[in-house]
Amino acid sequence: MQTSTMPQQNNTLTAVAGRLWKSEALQRILAFAALVILIIVFSLSSENFLGPRNIEGILIATAVNGILAVGVTFVIITGGIDLSIGTVMTLSAVITAKVVSEAGAPLPIGILAGILTGALAGLINGVVIARMRVPPFVATLGMLYIAKGLSLVLSELAPIYFDRGSGFTDLATGVILQIPGVIEIPNGVLIMFGAALIGSFILFRTQLGRYTFALGSNEEAARISGVNTARWKMIVYTVAGVFSGLAGVMIAARLNSAQPSLGQGYELDAIAAVVIGGTSLSGGEGSIFGTVIGAFVISVLTNGLRILSVPQEWQSVVTGAIIIVAVFLDMIRRRRS
Amino acid sequence: MELLVEMRGINKAFAGVTACEGCQFELHTGEVHALVGENGAGKSTLMKILAGVYRKDAGQIFLRGREVEIPSPHAAQMLGITMIHQELNLMPHLTVAQNIFIGREPRHPIPFLLDDAKINQQAQVILDSLHLDLNPRQRVGGLTVARQQMVEIAKALSYNSQVLIMDEPTAALTEAEIEELFHTINRLREKGIGIVYISHRMEEIKQITNRVTVMRDGHYIETLLTPETTIDRVISLMVGRTIYESKPELPETPSEDIVLEVNNLNRGRELRGVSFKLKRGEILGFAGLMGAGRTEVARAIVGADHCDSIELKVNGKSVTIHHPQDAVQRGIGYLSEDRKRYGLVVGMDVANNVSMASLREFVNSLGIIDDGKIRQTAKQQVDALAIKTPSVRQRVRNLSGGNQQKVVIAKWLTADTDILIFDEPTRGIDVGAKSEIYKLLNELARHGKSIIMISSELPEILRMSHRIIVMCEGRITGELTSAEATQEKIMRFATQRTGVVETASAAQ
Repeated sequence: MQTSTMPQQNNTLTAVAGRLWKSEALQRILAFAALVILIIVFSLSSENFLGPRNIEGILIATAVNGILAVGVTFVIITGGIDLSIGTVMTLSAVITAKVVSEAGAPLPIGILAGILTGALAGLINGVVIARMRVPPFVATLGMLYIAKGLSLVLSELAPIYFDRGSGFTDLATGVILQIPGVIEIPNGVLIMFGAALIGSFILFRTQLGRYTFALGSNEEAARISGVNTARWKMIVYTVAGVFSGLAGVMIAARLNSAQPSLGQGYELDAIAAVVIGGTSLSGGEGSIFGTVIGAFVISVLTNGLRILSVPQEWQSVVTGAIIIVAVFLDMIRRRRS
Repeated sequence: MELLVEMRGINKAFAGVTACEGCQFELHTGEVHALVGENGAGKSTLMKILAGVYRKDAGQIFLRGREVEIPSPHAAQMLGITMIHQELNLMPHLTVAQNIFIGREPRHPIPFLLDDAKINQQAQVILDSLHLDLNPRQRVGGLTVARQQMVEIAKALSYNSQVLIMDEPTAALTEAEIEELFHTINRLREKGIGIVYISHRMEEIKQITNRVTVMRDGHYIETLLTPETTIDRVISLMVGRTIYESKPELPETPSEDIVLEVNNLNRGRELRGVSFKLKRGEILGFAGLMGAGRTEVARAIVGADHCDSIELKVNGKSVTIHHPQDAVQRGIGYLSEDRKRYGLVVGMDVANNVSMASLREFVNSLGIIDDGKIRQTAKQQVDALAIKTPSVRQRVRNLSGGNQQKVVIAKWLTADTDILIFDEPTRGIDVGAKSEIYKLLNELARHGKSIIMISSELPEILRMSHRIIVMCEGRITGELTSAEATQEKIMRFATQRTGVVETASAAQ
């Protein structure tokens, strides 16, 4: 009899509401509700907001941040953090550009090189954190600077452009899925959704995912249960790196160039998306679905405020406030349960 | 019964400090073998060596006659040796089944994929074999400590463990839960599993174990057959001297001044109409089973938790207390049962901990802390309470449990509190240090401090209290003077579960 011993259950409605309030699903619903409300408010304030061009703009703007956020969700569920994803993304973009534009390798090789660059950076993060026991914040802060510096060194401080005829941009902005005359879904968004689906599958259906939660819930318990925690932690950071690499390829495709000075600050947008999506910064719980919603909340907010001609500096203030409110609501929920 | 485990000549030192020297231990199949000793005697170290948590410096371990090396917890599990640690090693966010199979999920045809249906089904089989009423899909974070422990046992069995080491398994359990645990232990014994039972509780050891091995100061002392020995004999081996006072040492009767009066304390179903008085110089024992609401009463008094209604009088004057800092101002200090979490900043030194609740007294008008004064005050307290520490600069983390408790007491004395609420003051403290804490409480009462002592150990309540209040399910069900109190009377009140309706009509 592990159910509560409440004698009267006549108040079932409040009971259900109470259980819903305590449930983890609520944060995701909250994020989803916030997204819907934002969309309604912006579409009422501006008729341009729901225009197909604008929607496409929002979608493409979400792609890169969404991919980064999916990767870092793994790290955050383990109770860790990865601050290097933004500049590692840039480094991956630069490597892809070097391999394709300067070494003349075919595109797939360049893409692979970019993703491997991300994986390698993630692996190094993992080794430093799991083997050398450097706290994740410090280890990945270090990697943030290393990747930033390497990007500038390799690119010799200048953007590297891709050949216009290569068709590389199609990867991000091309369209294979569309309702003719109504809306065109950029490929970059499809890739983001694909990445999210794979991420979600890994998180909930595989050993790696189970250990990701276990590490964040009680690492010592996992270790004593015979889980090779150091190895799995390295894998988790490598996964975040792979997604950063993929994001690097996507941003290079979107800009048809590698911009070495870009990147820093992206990690914060991605972490914000994860947090708004209901993943706990203290580890042990979270979801990819929430993260994707969180990424959309951020890009809808940015886009909508821009359409309403809110100056950029104020957009940042609003985004910050929303992050705090989201986490605050989550804290209230946790305290109650 | 055959010989299952034999440990011989085990040595282990940490940073040059000897924890075990020439230790031995043996365990038979189908045996519950108690391992006892004061804190620091080396019993946990010895068992952690067997469980692969620590590596031995020297010595041999034999499993069914064959010498084995146990380099890691994983290796121990492979050999069928599992330790259930005092701090349970579960993942609160995962389900019962996921916890049981963590680290060795059943193979799925496709590598790295998980088969949760299979995990749940296998977990159910294990739970059934132990007659445990647990849902494999339930999240562990929502279970009581007792049930979490059952999950640990189920997990150990799923490894086909032949050796189960339990470190203080009953520390956080109620009487009923202990009863249930003992049923489970007996079932394991019937299956031929050997169980090492580390505990401080002599009554339980008498009840459940076949043999007792005593350790002291990192050495093996003696192994006794439980039925042929007495609690006094075991305790005297543990402390290495003839037994200290086992008769209750009751201090003189307190004065009749009422220093604290609590009336009509209510909070939902947790606390119902709690009212009582505390006299100057009195030790008022609060007895009851776990979950009876004793800690809740204490936390409500000091304003740590909100309550629906409470009327408080301190020294005859009505007061309202909203926050713990109000309570400190009124001279009420609460010493939590969880010292490390709520009572101490273990990473800071003794001096800083002692001054923590009264830092304002040590700050000059510019807001600068007078470290010299803090250290001087701390030194006085260290001397007065006989706190064993190399200096007041020592980090509290490095002190023993008994001395940590004394540091908490020193903190509240420094803050000039006259009413001290002790919640389980001797939990996790070894036998020798316990009696020192008892002496200290008596000393405090003699000097006019008024003490509320919440304790789940009946002998402690009986020995220390002038007066005993018994709670059950959020109500005060009885009050006894020290003269009339017996274990039986207390237990009767503690289990007096009157229906809600009945009390409501009685109140009207």
